Amino acid sequence: MRKALVIAVPYLWLLALFLVPFLMVLKISLSDVALSIPPYTPQLDLTGGLAAIGEFFSQLDLENFVFLTSDDLYIKAYASSLTIAVISTFLTLLIGYPIAYAMARAAPEWRPTLLMLIILPFWTSFLIRVYAWMGILSNTGLLNQFLLWLGVISEPLEILNTNIAVYIGVVYTYLPFMILPIYATLERMDGSLLEAAEDLGCSRLSAFWLVTLPLSKTGIVAGCFLVFIPTLGEFVIPSLLGGSQTLMIGKVLFEEFLNNRDWPVASAVAVILLLILIIPIILFQRNEQRARELDQ
Amino acid sequence: MAETAAKPKPKAKPMPHEGVFEPWNDPNAKPLIEFRNVTKRYGDFTAIDDLTLNIYEKEFFALLGPSGCGKTTMMRMLAGFESITQGRILLAGRDIGDVPPNKRSVNMMFQSYALFPHLSVWENIAFGLRRETKDAARITERVEEMLRLTRLEKFARRKPHQISGGQRQRVALARSLAKAPKLLLLDEPLGALDKKLREETQFELMDIQEKTGTTFVIVTHDQEEAMTVASRVAVMDEGRLVQVATPPVIYEAPNSIYVADFIGDVSLIQGKASARPETPVPAPPVSPTEDPAAKAAPAAMPEVPVASAAPLPDGRAPAPNVMGEWLHDKVLFPILGRRPPTPKALSAPDKAPAVPEPAPAPPESGTPESPPELPGGGLAIHWADGLDPLVAVNGDPALAGRTVTLAIRPEKVTISRDKPATDNAIEGTVIDIAYLGNISTYHVEIAGGVMVKAQMTNTRRIAKRDITWDDAVWIGFSATAGVVLDA
Repeated sequence: MRKALVIAVPYLWLLALFLVPFLMVLKISLSDVALSIPPYTPQLDLTGGLAAIGEFFSQLDLENFVFLTSDDLYIKAYASSLTIAVISTFLTLLIGYPIAYAMARAAPEWRPTLLMLIILPFWTSFLIRVYAWMGILSNTGLLNQFLLWLGVISEPLEILNTNIAVYIGVVYTYLPFMILPIYATLERMDGSLLEAAEDLGCSRLSAFWLVTLPLSKTGIVAGCFLVFIPTLGEFVIPSLLGGSQTLMIGKVLFEEFLNNRDWPVASAVAVILLLILIIPIILFQRNEQRARELDQ
Repeated sequence: MAETAAKPKPKAKPMPHEGVFEPWNDPNAKPLIEFRNVTKRYGDFTAIDDLTLNIYEKEFFALLGPSGCGKTTMMRMLAGFESITQGRILLAGRDIGDVPPNKRSVNMMFQSYALFPHLSVWENIAFGLRRETKDAARITERVEEMLRLTRLEKFARRKPHQISGGQRQRVALARSLAKAPKLLLLDEPLGALDKKLREETQFELMDIQEKTGTTFVIVTHDQEEAMTVASRVAVMDEGRLVQVATPPVIYEAPNSIYVADFIGDVSLIQGKASARPETPVPAPPVSPTEDPAAKAAPAAMPEVPVASAAPLPDGRAPAPNVMGEWLHDKVLFPILGRRPPTPKALSAPDKAPAVPEPAPAPPESGTPESPPELPGGGLAIHWADGLDPLVAVNGDPALAGRTVTLAIRPEKVTISRDKPATDNAIEGTVIDIAYLGNISTYHVEIAGGVMVKAQMTNTRRIAKRDITWDDAVWIGFSATAGVVLDA
């Protein structure tokens, strides 16, 4: 009995904080816009009995989802979000892996300090850090002034309000999520495996390709998902650092909800986003599962 | 290569078990590995101190010592993972100081096995082969051969985490042997296995070493393991070789208190030595322990039969059977435990109580009840005031006048209630009894608080044991049982 209770806790948690809100959003996505509070119809009226409930369900339809396909803005936004998420995940991996590798190879007494430095940025508000990048990247910002002073450029670079700024922001923000899981797998790796590889005829480089890289795969996959999933729905970075041409689904969601007050369409956008994310999330879970099995 | 041409002789005798395999005694034999005044320092710390050593082809060489004695450093220098601060290491006549690990024809079996967890057993074994050849047929053939050798055919497709510890150990061995190295290094290869499996695996290792004819260098802190598998054992301490010799010599004729104490159980009795008259002996006694050349030149190491037979000049038979002893120490030692007391020793304790049945050990011919006279020569060790000195006819007369230590193995010490008729007899009190099933070890305190261990085979049921705690007893041992060491 007590065991069942203990098991029930996480399920209740998921039910209350994930499944119920999701069903509410799903319901709104099937509703119609209305000039009311809340701004959609029908509303569920449980006092009306079964007939009212039947009436309520009959008014739900897939109209909003059909609408999403009719305007290519949404499809473009999804595609652009996916592109930006994929590219920035790749960039994050490219920068994060060497950092994680260097950390795992550092002297053991240095590792806690290095870990601390990776986590340190989280002590400041995310919003403030993104604002700081605006100051760095703008035409009169620190970066341009520095490059002009060096004489590398004669005209200030247009970085802010472009996709490049978005990539910089995403890579900067999500880098720790890439570094930490990779570091964890590399740090756990038995150093004698590399010696064994060398002993059996590998050069340092081929030992890295044949042993280190395959063994850090679970960390790489975990890191990539941890960056990809939040980046796909990212709103703050593209709206602060990106320009008018930066199209991301997070921005679309924001505009539909707050500017257009079209909750049903916004909910439909959110439901589709969730469906897109479910695939990588399931793959991520599989990866975690496999990592656990390998650790037995 | 030069070394193959120069070594036809040991090749003709591939049996390391036979007494004939002794390239270290052959001045013409060319060593496979030569350490020449090798020193390794880490900052101020000297891990290996001016070490010179030769290891020969087809040897099963054990580096034995406590942790931190430098044995692992030596092995890692052979593998190429540690640089040499001073001196040279030659492999088959070639200096390997600057050769990186992946270019040496030396393979290593790691203590943790270091199997690649993402590769199957088959791929693990093929790993090294793939680095040197693209010929898939050759790789397959060699991997299958290794799988057969280590009896792993059934597990080829499994991942390392899907097999048992003993199987992993065999995979590691197969992987390191796959490239047919000139030299295989084994770093505590059996440390992770439980006792029973370890003993089985020791014989497997010896078997595989014989079949493949590879030179093995094994690092271990387990003296039984070293004694069981090795053709020669190097006992190390603080970066130096203390003694390099065959297991029987190490055990029977340790050259220092350190070696005596490290290998097996030993009791140490200190005293002042004086020379004994050589009346009945014309020839001076030969000491196996104090050969000054023993450490430097392995070729001069005396063989054990010589050592134990020498101090008995009057023609009496020495220990029961030299070959039997040797076999026991070399092969049966880890299974049967240490050799039980010699029949000579056994006869004493059974005299004390009313004997319900005779002890199974038959009194051997030539074992004296009470030797009328001891052979002359050797040393008398005055270990306690007012008590008879201990007689060690194998003691080196050169030590006379010095303080020496008599090191004596528990199985060579008898225990009885009455004064035994052995060459040496000391009175004492039983402080502790360690019951080990097949044998019991009695810790006896003698004059001056010195503890001496005596071992007896438990030929009777424990309930009938006639010696117990706090009993006043006599311990006895022969004039040749101990080894006199410079204290």
